[in-house]
Amino acid sequence: MNQIQPYVRSLADKYGRERECLLPILQEIVATEHVLSQDAMVEVAKELNLSAAEVYGTASFYSFLNTKPHGKYVIRVCKSIVAEMKGKKEIVDKLCDILKIRVGETTPDGRFTLLETNDIGWSDQEPSMLINEKPYTYLTPEKIVQIIAGYQANGKSNNHQQIN
Amino acid sequence: MAPSNGLKRVDVIFGAYASTKYLILQKSIRREKQEIIQDIIDSGLRGRGGAGFPTGLKWKFAAAQPGNEKYVICNADEGEPGTFKDREILMKVPQKMISGMAICAYVIGATKAYIYLRGEYQFMVPDLQMELDNFHEQAREMNFDLTIELRMGSGAYVCGEETALIESMEGKRGEPRNKPPFPVVEGFHGKPTVVNNVETFVNANMICRIGVEEFIKLGTQDSRGSKLFSISGDTPKAGVHELELGMKLSDFVAEFGDDDTKAVQVGGAAGFCVPRKKFDSTIIGFEGMPTGGSMMLFNSSRSMYHVLHNYLEFFEEESCGQCTPCRVGCQQLLLGIEAIKRQERPASYLNQLLKLSETMKIASKCGLGQSVANSFSSIVENYVEEMIY
Amino acid sequence: MKKQKINITIDGIKLAVDEQCSILDAAKKVNIHIPTLCHHEDLCVAGNCRICVVEVEGQRALSASCATPVAEGMVIKTNTAKVRKARKDVAALLVAEHNTQCTTCYRSMNCELQEIAAEYNVDNNTYISLVDPNYTIDRSSWSIEKDDSKCIRCQRCVRTCAELQHVNALTVANKGKEMKISTFLDLPLNEVVCTNCGQCINRCPTGALTERRFYDDLWDAIDDPKKHVVMNTAPSVRVALGEMLGYPVGTRVTGKMVTAMKKIGMDSVLDTDFTADLTIIEEGTELLGRLKKILVEGNKEVKLPMLTSCSPGWIKFIEHMYPNHLGHLSTCKSPQQMFGALAKTYYAEKMGIDPADVVSVAIMPCAAKKFEANRPEMNSSGYQDVDAGLTTRELGYMIRQAGVDFLHLEDSDYDSLMGESTGAGAIFGATGGVMEAALRTVYEVVTGREVPFDNLRITPVRGTDGVKEASIKLENLLDEWKFLEGVEVKVAVAHGLKNARIIMDQVEAGTSPYHFIEVMACPGGCIGGGGQPIPTNEEIRKKRIEAIYAEDEGMPKRKSHENTEVQKLYKEWLGEVNGHKAHELLHTHYTKRNRY
Repeated sequence: MNQIQPYVRSLADKYGRERECLLPILQEIVATEHVLSQDAMVEVAKELNLSAAEVYGTASFYSFLNTKPHGKYVIRVCKSIVAEMKGKKEIVDKLCDILKIRVGETTPDGRFTLLETNDIGWSDQEPSMLINEKPYTYLTPEKIVQIIAGYQANGKSNNHQQIN
Repeated sequence: MAPSNGLKRVDVIFGAYASTKYLILQKSIRREKQEIIQDIIDSGLRGRGGAGFPTGLKWKFAAAQPGNEKYVICNADEGEPGTFKDREILMKVPQKMISGMAICAYVIGATKAYIYLRGEYQFMVPDLQMELDNFHEQAREMNFDLTIELRMGSGAYVCGEETALIESMEGKRGEPRNKPPFPVVEGFHGKPTVVNNVETFVNANMICRIGVEEFIKLGTQDSRGSKLFSISGDTPKAGVHELELGMKLSDFVAEFGDDDTKAVQVGGAAGFCVPRKKFDSTIIGFEGMPTGGSMMLFNSSRSMYHVLHNYLEFFEEESCGQCTPCRVGCQQLLLGIEAIKRQERPASYLNQLLKLSETMKIASKCGLGQSVANSFSSIVENYVEEMIY
Repeated sequence: MKKQKINITIDGIKLAVDEQCSILDAAKKVNIHIPTLCHHEDLCVAGNCRICVVEVEGQRALSASCATPVAEGMVIKTNTAKVRKARKDVAALLVAEHNTQCTTCYRSMNCELQEIAAEYNVDNNTYISLVDPNYTIDRSSWSIEKDDSKCIRCQRCVRTCAELQHVNALTVANKGKEMKISTFLDLPLNEVVCTNCGQCINRCPTGALTERRFYDDLWDAIDDPKKHVVMNTAPSVRVALGEMLGYPVGTRVTGKMVTAMKKIGMDSVLDTDFTADLTIIEEGTELLGRLKKILVEGNKEVKLPMLTSCSPGWIKFIEHMYPNHLGHLSTCKSPQQMFGALAKTYYAEKMGIDPADVVSVAIMPCAAKKFEANRPEMNSSGYQDVDAGLTTRELGYMIRQAGVDFLHLEDSDYDSLMGESTGAGAIFGATGGVMEAALRTVYEVVTGREVPFDNLRITPVRGTDGVKEASIKLENLLDEWKFLEGVEVKVAVAHGLKNARIIMDQVEAGTSPYHFIEVMACPGGCIGGGGQPIPTNEEIRKKRIEAIYAEDEGMPKRKSHENTEVQKLYKEWLGEVNGHKAHELLHTHYTKRNRY
């Protein structure tokens, strides 16, 4: 509480206290805290003069504004039909295997959360996934090993991105 | 049947030049606003997001609204499954889109514009912001008063619907509004607002560059111009391709299919499934089957039940949930085909579900809700045996 | 400027209506009924349920008549095959989402979905039930029960909580199939800022939101020969109960209600109006005391404006929303709680009954009274002062259950002790009533004269405006009150918590010009309470208010200080007004609560 309050205040100072500033504020909290905690939502409500329920109701509409804790790296594997056709299942299986978690879970060290998500805009290069905001495409189980190893070793790795 | 155009590749959207000096904008803001609006109307340009509303009319309505607080919003919430053409524009030629937005702002009298970018495209933000900084600098030099801000989505398909997008920009749940009033009358903050797709703005910019006469040489009578297609699925040529509108689907499949194409889903999960037997009689364009450009190809190894199941799972998750036909309807369609597959409901239950899809098309609140059952009805009607067995 | 009229045709009938008129309202004008669910006259337009769709010529899709404004030349058809099929389908979809336990539903036969489903001949099995077999009901609140399995997502409750009450305890959460009516983080109702006003209940079309029911417990008490059941009925119950029992809206059924309750077997049927009168004496004196402390003693601790404290929804609202301003509240308990405290002390003593055997039950127009009865501090009698607060609706069901033929009952009088009341007590049930009752007494106390209004009707504080103001100049005062000579007493009345917020924002900003403010949580005051018969709308509330004032004018005494039983209470038992014993039994304190 004590830490979240000045932080939320600084965000409100930065973005403003109008209703339209709600999403940018929530987005930044999720980006840094990996979760919208109860305390954070209450503080946002106070700053923007909204009810806490309104903040929660708005946040819960958006898939990326999670109110349950996520790991430092959120892996979102695309589950569109094309992704399925191109081998999404193998990718997810590989991720589960490496991370030793199931879809929807977070590794015990709090580093990775594995999720499936709707189309992320790379149907021409499936299977694809996002790790936080970064897209990875043309995935194979072998590539997954490398990508995750990169994150496990030292945060982000730039070697495996497939953007033309 | 209207004469088709054959398959013609064009290269105007990514080709030619994208001016970092915003020369087209410079030229345009010295022209009469009415003249530009008339050009856009005469060009026959229709919205490229899928709904196909005449762009010139939209601008004209917004320009005619009183008051000087107006907004331009670029809809970059590209969420339709199988669509990724805006991604390419945003990554490769954002100047053209920004220029189109600025021209729109000029003609309707807006000084504030927004790009609503889907959360999945967060990775583009640094580059886009850099281009916006450049734009603002150029605009200052031209003495042109316009600020363009980036706003991010956070994972909600329905925010691609223009009024839901506006709600989201206002910091609310992205639930579509009742229409009328339309955004050109009461949009962002209740003020006249033009919401256009990324590609539409690029086209508008293009019309200002090459002129109406050149533009209408592309496409057919009812479908002017070229279109970016997001091509995916069972195709050796997955990617973004620019083609003239008005082609026969059979010509398209000849070029992009894998010689075993069984069906093409035109327009994404909210679009229509066209089976092989109808390829020859289907025209891609406003005279036939309009599309936001998503073309998913399926070959004979694919189960259409599986395809439909995937789409329905998508919709029951991504419906905003406020109106009954879409919220409950999507769930019923999905549960219904599952129940039939498991033989818990008779095959005749498909007829009830087809009736439901009709209700969803005419009684849902927004354009998306009215189109979510398209894939259901077109797949079920053409592949009824795959649904039952 | 002349308003433009729009020419339209509905089902072949040509008419001209105002611009911005919805198709639904236009149809009403020519007596065409269109079914609705998410629509409610008190609330903004939603256009969500889609049951009200109609065909507009030239349009492929149907239009939601509640949300579509008319346009020149519009040709509308409300009863075509396309329309009927779509409506039936929409109803079938809602039925699939709804837990159709109609036989055991508290809202059965008073459920808008049930009615439409029957009208449209909907088969319960058209679609697959979406009800989670493991659903749970939130019964955490003393006042409100939330059963999501019966929710049809019309969002009336959310709009009520936001628009009418500015509380926003309820919200829409999630999207798609997960979309639901929720609280902050889906916490139980007793852990959030819910004021228990129950306005959401009154506007819920189904049984998803209902009051917690306690009438089975009351039956148990009635059946227990050891127990002495003392009932009291709030002023606004008598003008609304009839709606549940075959009478038109606005019928006063006071005498029949008393008869029915006696027939049911309640040991003593008394009147909350008695403690309403008592409240006026205590609260009026408190107000004069505050004025004296400020004007004569220069006391800076005393807070003005003083705020009324009879409405428990309002009390919980201020405790949550303005916790630093609780000092403005009158310390007087509500009439219900005064009654309870006296029932197990004064009444028990006078009647020679062991207070442990007294079961004190209040019949209230209110959901929040249930919570109030269970506040831990409400035990000044040494017992829980009020054993239960029942709603008007619960009493209606008890009367029906007992097989009493209400329409043909004789009238009876309330029992005594604590059964006498005045018109001033009766008008507590309408917005402005507490203020009017207080002014009738306070003015007379300080001047020795009646309030200078025709037939005691203090019209500036009557009516349904959200915030009403009045001022009254105090002149030619009795010696004891000379310090108030020339003071212009400014008062305000607010009803509906939205309006309470307006008043409180002024108090918070230090700009409130008033000395005394009446606040009622519910629109229209208690007659529009969360425990009143359903449906509610402006017209119904106005009729109930008219009935309340008629009740007042039919009373032989219309000023609280003339209530002889109240006078006797002070003389024989309580002692001084605002005195020690009065404070112990009739006054309370408040709790700061979390804003979020």
